[in-house]
Amino acid sequence: MHELGIIVHISRTLTKLADEKKLSKIGSVTLEVGEVSGIVPDYMTDAWNYYKKKTPLLAESELRMETLPAVTFCEECENTYETVKYGKICPRCNSPRTYLLTGSECNIKEIEAC
Amino acid sequence: MDMKIIEVKQSIFADNDADAERLRQQLKSEGTFLLNVMSSPGSGKTTTLVRTINALSDEFRIGIMEADIDSDVDARTMSENTKAKTIQIHTGGMCHLDADMTRQGITELGTADVDLAILENVGNLVCPAEFDTGASKNVMILSVPEGHDKPLKYPLIFKVCDALLINKIDVMPYFDFDMDKVTEYAHMRNPDIKIFPICAKTGEGMDAWYEWLRTEVKEWRS
Ligand SMILES: Nc1nc2c(ncn2[C@@H]2O[C@H](COP(=O)(O)OP(=O)(O)O)[C@@H](O)[C@H]2O)c(=O)[nH]1
Ligand SMILES: [Mg+2]
Ligand SMILES: [Zn+2]
Ligand SMILES: [Zn+2]
Repeated sequence: MHELGIIVHISRTLTKLADEKKLSKIGSVTLEVGEVSGIVPDYMTDAWNYYKKKTPLLAESELRMETLPAVTFCEECENTYETVKYGKICPRCNSPRTYLLTGSECNIKEIEAC
Repeated sequence: MDMKIIEVKQSIFADNDADAERLRQQLKSEGTFLLNVMSSPGSGKTTTLVRTINALSDEFRIGIMEADIDSDVDARTMSENTKAKTIQIHTGGMCHLDADMTRQGITELGTADVDLAILENVGNLVCPAEFDTGASKNVMILSVPEGHDKPLKYPLIFKVCDALLINKIDVMPYFDFDMDKVTEYAHMRNPDIKIFPICAKTGEGMDAWYEWLRTEVKEWRS
């Protein structure tokens, strides 16, 4: 049910935005979803289609998702590498002293609305 | 009607972050300290909190909010074993609490006669770390059987926590849990995190934790 909790927050943000910009209908919502954000796109779509019916502003909207690749930085050798492929241990020097640069975020990128 | 594209560029957590900040300010002005306690299921949140509440109940008026998924077992344990005012937050099967649900809990608990409010969050190391509840301080409980490499696997929760309780140190002889390694890994994620090895079952090591909490609550209320 994680995805539904997130959609509640997206809907609140968009309702506020629609108020400010005098929008009455949203046609599409585009999210940028980090590869390691823990968000499952299929669940997101299902939850969206369930939730939107309860919200007139979103009732006819389509949810689109773009993937943001996950990249990790190694403090030991200053290497950057693909998180999903290699995980927490640097493939160049085997150090665990690494941290995620990008890939855990989830942003609302843009909407189509009138 | 013509649809137009509107750039939003906002994190999905931004609205909750702002809401959490409002709740934190409200609690500050009302003189109530909110402690958010997170861990995997079974790490010892309830056991640790029962002991903590009984140790501090002469000094502070304590209230507790239980958010375990679809059960009131913990709420019952609390009211049977402590004098703290206890309420159950119903998450409706949700895997995390947000600031809005926390505010509803706080409203039900009431702040007028509560100096220290404690939230036993949903047992999960991932999304409770992403959703700021508006707490004054966040703590995490990691128990020895879970292993010392948790900070490598779940970096975010270590980043957002002010204190880390390492529970069940009584079973250290049976696990290859390395206290030095867990300290090193946790500090990699968060150089400021305070670490307290404890045994919630016997109370060993818990005085240092009480002292930390006592100091934080007093400072918040001053
Ligand atoms: N050996 C040992 N067991 C503990 C300790 N603290 C808690 N437990 C046990 O761990 C189990 C889960 O504890 P509980 O407090 O319910 O965990 P929660 O799910 O995080 O609230 C229970 O059976 C406790 O008795 C401890 O310090 N040592
Ligand atoms: Mg519990
Ligand atoms: Zn969640
Ligand atoms: Zn490296």
